[in-house]
Amino acid sequence: MVNFLQHTFNGLVGGAFLALLALGLAVIFGMLRVVNFAHGAIYMLGAFGAYVLLTEAGLSFWWALIVLPLALALFGMALERLLVARLARLDPLYNFLLTFGLTLILQDAVKSRYGVQSSPYDAPAILSGTLDLGAFDFPAYRVFVLVIAIAVCVGVWWLLSRTRVGMVVRAATERPELSTALGIDVGRWVTPVFGFGIGLAGLAGVLAAPIRAVNPLMGADLIIVVFAVVVIGGLGSIFGSVAAGFAIGLVQAWVQALGEDWALLSQVLVFLVMAGVLLWRPAGLFGREEAPA
Amino acid sequence: MRTKAVFVMLCSTALLASACGGGGPQSSAAGGGLSDGKVVFGVLNDQSGAYSQLSGKNSIKAVELAIADYKEKYGDKAVVKEFGVETADHQNKPDVANAKAAELYDRKAVDVILDVPTSSAALKVADVAKEKKKLYFNISAATTDLTGKSCNKYTFHYAYDTYMLANGTGRNTTEEGKKNWYIVYPDYAFGQDMEKSFSAAVEAAGGKIVGRDAAPFPNTSGDFSTYLLKAPTLTPKPDVLGTMQAGAELVALVKQYNEFKLRDKGVGLAVGLMFLTDIHSLTPAALAGTTYTDAWYWNYDLTNRTFADRFKAAAGVRPTFAHAANYSAALQYLEAVQATGTDGADAVVKQMEGKTVNDVFLRNGKIRAEDHRVVHDAYLAQVKTPAEVTEEWDYVKILRTIPAADAFRTPSPDCKLS
Repeated sequence: MVNFLQHTFNGLVGGAFLALLALGLAVIFGMLRVVNFAHGAIYMLGAFGAYVLLTEAGLSFWWALIVLPLALALFGMALERLLVARLARLDPLYNFLLTFGLTLILQDAVKSRYGVQSSPYDAPAILSGTLDLGAFDFPAYRVFVLVIAIAVCVGVWWLLSRTRVGMVVRAATERPELSTALGIDVGRWVTPVFGFGIGLAGLAGVLAAPIRAVNPLMGADLIIVVFAVVVIGGLGSIFGSVAAGFAIGLVQAWVQALGEDWALLSQVLVFLVMAGVLLWRPAGLFGREEAPA
Repeated sequence: MRTKAVFVMLCSTALLASACGGGGPQSSAAGGGLSDGKVVFGVLNDQSGAYSQLSGKNSIKAVELAIADYKEKYGDKAVVKEFGVETADHQNKPDVANAKAAELYDRKAVDVILDVPTSSAALKVADVAKEKKKLYFNISAATTDLTGKSCNKYTFHYAYDTYMLANGTGRNTTEEGKKNWYIVYPDYAFGQDMEKSFSAAVEAAGGKIVGRDAAPFPNTSGDFSTYLLKAPTLTPKPDVLGTMQAGAELVALVKQYNEFKLRDKGVGLAVGLMFLTDIHSLTPAALAGTTYTDAWYWNYDLTNRTFADRFKAAAGVRPTFAHAANYSAALQYLEAVQATGTDGADAVVKQMEGKTVNDVFLRNGKIRAEDHRVVHDAYLAQVKTPAEVTEEWDYVKILRTIPAADAFRTPSPDCKLS
C-alpha cells in the first residue's frame, strides 16, 4: 500500500512536467491554431538557461525560476510577431514546419556552443533533502515541483474563468470569427498568449534542470509525448491538457512499477492511450468537435 | 559547343590521371608496397550526438599523434611516407554507418577504418569490411558479437566489450560482499546484452539478482524515479543498484539516485559503462564512491600521463580510453605495415594475428588469432570524493588491475573467421 502511494505520488510529479508543457501547447493552439513544435526546444532553453545563468552570471536557481520564464515569454512574443504571424493566414502546416525548423536551429545553436554533453546542475540546497510525507519520505525538490505545477495550473484556470482577460481569450479561442464580429479585438491577445505558452515551457525547463540531464536534445524526445498528451486531452482544451498530463504521468508510473514484464507496455502506453481515445472520441477527452466551416 | 569542349578536356584529363594513378602504385600493392603510395586512416564515429565527446573528433587527434610517433620512430627507414586521415559522421545510425564505411573504403581510398561507437552501427561496418576485404579496428562499440557470431577476418575488436565490463564490475563488486543486485537497463540491444552479461557475472560470483527492470529507450521523460523508489522496497533489499544506462541517461539516473538518497538507504551504485567525459559532466561529487571497469586511465602511470599531456596540448581535454585506444590501433597498424612492407589487408592481418603488444594503451596486450579480440589489462576504478580531486579530469583511483587473461572471455565457438 505504501508502495502504491509512493508510486502514485511520483506519477503526479512526472505528470506535473507533462501538464505544464501541455498547458502551454494547448493555450497556443487554442488561440492561434499553431502546433508549436518548438515547445521542446524552449523547454531545453529553460533548463540550459538555468545552467548558463549559474555558471556565467552566478545567478541561483531562484533567480532562474523568475527570470527565465519571463525572458522566454518575451522571446516567444518576438517570435510570434516576426515569424509566426506572417504564416498565420496560410495552412497550419506552414507554421508547423516553421517551428520545426526553429527547433533544429535552437538545438544546434546550443550544441555548437556547449556541446552535447550533459551539463551539471544541482537542486538548491534548501530543497536537496527529503521530506517526510507521513507514510513515506520523498525528495523535497519533487514535492516543490508538484506544488509549483498545481499552483500554475490553478492560476491559469482562475485567470481564464474569473477575469475579463480570460473571458476574452476564451471567447477568442472558441469562436474567433464570432468574437471579432462582436467587436472584440482578438488580434491584440494573440501575441501575449503565445508568449505566455512559451513562458510555461521555459518554466518547466527550469524546474527540470536539477533532476534531469541538461543537454541540447533533452526536449526533442519529450515533445512527442507532450503532443500525444494534448491530443488525448483534446486539442486546444485547457482543462483537458492538464488533466491528461497528470493522468498520463500517473498511469506511466504505475505501469513502470509493475516490473520487467511490462517494460514494453510502459514504452508505448501513451500512444496506445492516444490511439484508443482517438477511436472513441476523435476530438479528445475534453475537446469539442470542430464546427463545420 | 564550348561546354562540350571543356567536358571532353576534363574527361581526358581524368582518364590520364587514373591511368597514372591507378596503373602505378596500385599494382605494386599486390606484390608489396603501398596502395596509392600512402596509408589512409578512416575515423568513422559520432561527431554531433551523444557519443561525440567520448570519441568524436578528438579521435582524429589521437590518430594524428600515432602518425607523428611512427614518423619519429622510423625516420628515413619508414615504409610509409605519406599519410591521410579521412573522417565521417555516422550519427549512430546503422544505415548511415554502412554507407559511409563503403564510401570511405571505395572513394576515399581508406586502408583501415577506426573507432565506430554504437553496437548496431559497428556490426554493419564489420560486414562492409568483410565484403571489401579491408581492415577495421573497432574501438568504441561494446557488443561481443564483433568477436562472436559476426566476427570476420578483417575485423579486430580493440578496447573493451560487455563481457569485460560485466566481469570486472559485476564479479568484483559481488566478491566484495555486495551480493544482492537490482539491475536497471535500457531496453535495446546494448542494454539487454549488458544485463545478461552482468547477471551471469554476478551469479557466477555467488551473488543474486533480486530484481531487474527494463527502462524505456530512449527514455523520453528522462526520468528513472520509479526504479529508484522501487529499489529499497525489494526483498531482500539490494546492496547495489547496477545501472546499464549510458550517456545522458546515465547522467539523469545518477542525478536522481542522489536525489532519492539511495546511498543513505544502503543501496550502493555500480555503473555498467562509464567514460571519463561522463564523470566530468556529472561532477565527481555526484558519483563519489561509484565503482566501474575502465579499459585505460590517463593518470594511471607516467607513460599514460605523458600521452595525456600530449593529447591535451592537441585537443584541449584529457583523453578517454577510446581516444587512447584509437591512438594504439593506428600505431599498431603502422607497425604491422612497417614489418610486412605492404598495406595489403591480408598480409597485415597475418602479421598482427597472435602478436603480443605493449604500448600506451595495451598492457600485456595480445591480438588473439582465434577471434581477433585484442585482450589487455583492464582496471577496476572508483570515482574519487570531491576532497580527493586535486586536478581537473583526475576523477578516478584505480582499485586494482584485472589481468589480461581474466579480463576478457575465452574465444567464442560462434566465431568462425573466414
